[in-house]
Amino acid sequence: MQRIYFDNSATTRPDPRVVEAMRPYLDQWYGNASSLHTFGRESFNALEEARRRTSKAIGAQVREIIFTSGGTESDNLAIQGVAFANLQRGNHVITSAIEHHAVLNTCRFLESQGFRVTYLPVDPEGVIEPESLKSAMRKDTILVSVMAANNEIGTLQDVRELGAIAHDGGAIFHTDAVQSIGKVPLDVSRDNIDLLAISAHKFHGPKGVGALYIRKGTSIRPLVYGGGQERGLRSSTENVPGIVGLGKAIEISMAEIDESVKKMTSIRDYIIKRTLSAVDGCYLNGSRDRRLCNNANFRFDYVEGEALVLSLDIKGIATSTGSACSSRDSETSHVLKAIGIRNEQARGSLRISLSRLNTMEEAERYLEVIPEAISRLRSISPVAMLSKSTVKGG
Amino acid sequence: MPYGPKVIEHFTNPRNVGEMKGADGVGKASNDIDGDVVVIYIKIADGKIIDVRFQTFGCAAAIASSSMFTEMIRGKSVEDALKIDKQMVAQAFEDGMPENKIECSIIAPEALKEAVADYRRKRIH
Repeated sequence: MQRIYFDNSATTRPDPRVVEAMRPYLDQWYGNASSLHTFGRESFNALEEARRRTSKAIGAQVREIIFTSGGTESDNLAIQGVAFANLQRGNHVITSAIEHHAVLNTCRFLESQGFRVTYLPVDPEGVIEPESLKSAMRKDTILVSVMAANNEIGTLQDVRELGAIAHDGGAIFHTDAVQSIGKVPLDVSRDNIDLLAISAHKFHGPKGVGALYIRKGTSIRPLVYGGGQERGLRSSTENVPGIVGLGKAIEISMAEIDESVKKMTSIRDYIIKRTLSAVDGCYLNGSRDRRLCNNANFRFDYVEGEALVLSLDIKGIATSTGSACSSRDSETSHVLKAIGIRNEQARGSLRISLSRLNTMEEAERYLEVIPEAISRLRSISPVAMLSKSTVKGG
Repeated sequence: MPYGPKVIEHFTNPRNVGEMKGADGVGKASNDIDGDVVVIYIKIADGKIIDVRFQTFGCAAAIASSSMFTEMIRGKSVEDALKIDKQMVAQAFEDGMPENKIECSIIAPEALKEAVADYRRKRIH
């Protein structure tokens, strides 16, 4: 069976050029980048080349990039690191209701440590109104953290405007750009960004490696103590092959961004238009236009998301849903909740997330399968007994 | 933990799906936590369940376990059918049913209780 991968916001296929670039640092130049000998120097040079490529992609200086184990660690270091280092200035942090759990749960941890956190609401399209940030700013606000693009519904935020508001109030501005690299061009100077989190596996790089941009002069405290690698902010022997992969992947992503965005946008638009017309009781979650070029997120009446994802998987199409159903975790997506979608409707959500490797033929194949999958599930469902008001969700 | 092959098989080809016209008893159970709904239709003769149908709104575990449950109760006496609980349905999937799905998704046995109550009510009148 020809398998179609439409779950690129979860992770992407490593680019063969990335795998090739990593290989010598796995089997030949395995030195520790801190060592004085040739092995060490080869690793060190590779590390610095990746740092240069990463900084170039977001308009940063080379020394403003540090490497981490991924997006989650980068978000944690940014938020915890800044919060604890700036306690003398205040203990108020602002974020949004639709952040990734790497940000949300870090903010909840800060609350348990005595910090005050404001969670900004979003409008029905998932947009944070700059005005609401303005009114949330206080004298003791030390940090504002808002994602550049949402991982579930793809809504893009006006990072530049939000960053400017944070700076006007004297706060440090962090953005989780994990979903944005290779899709939304960001420039840390132009866009008023002080901290920016990156994860390699979201743009055809390897898993387990990420980066954090830290504007020069930002006071920040490490999470991990040890040998003092990464300017003392992230001790631990550097993951050289992973970092080389990140550097190669970000370089390719930026070199091919125009072409990739154009391709993903046309496939996304086709999928949105045709899904809405082919299936009754189907709605688009999020904004029609102000969204990531690779994201489509639907909800379907009388269909449960997990059952839909499995139905599509049986037909060889990999997707995801915001509905997690189990006694351990029966919460539906906090993002869908924040944009005002009722639980029972949020249960029928389907996310399609593309990469530059997807094709129009794959979209066609998906469009053949989706109406069938929906009507099969509805034929199993007691639709007549499920008036929208009686189905509970959670 | 992912679903085992028997869960996927029952999810892909559910047995005894659909509404039953002229059922002797109809019962509905729903899960307030995550909103799953199961409806069970039964036909009864000589104290035995001679035919059964189900309809389910819910995840793959809810659909597959409803299907499995209808297979388990068909032909059984009402009394024996009522003894089949969540754990017994889960065991029928030979370790393929994730632990965290048992409590919330296997609600067909509760729907059967309602269907039997409905049947008994109808007989009295």
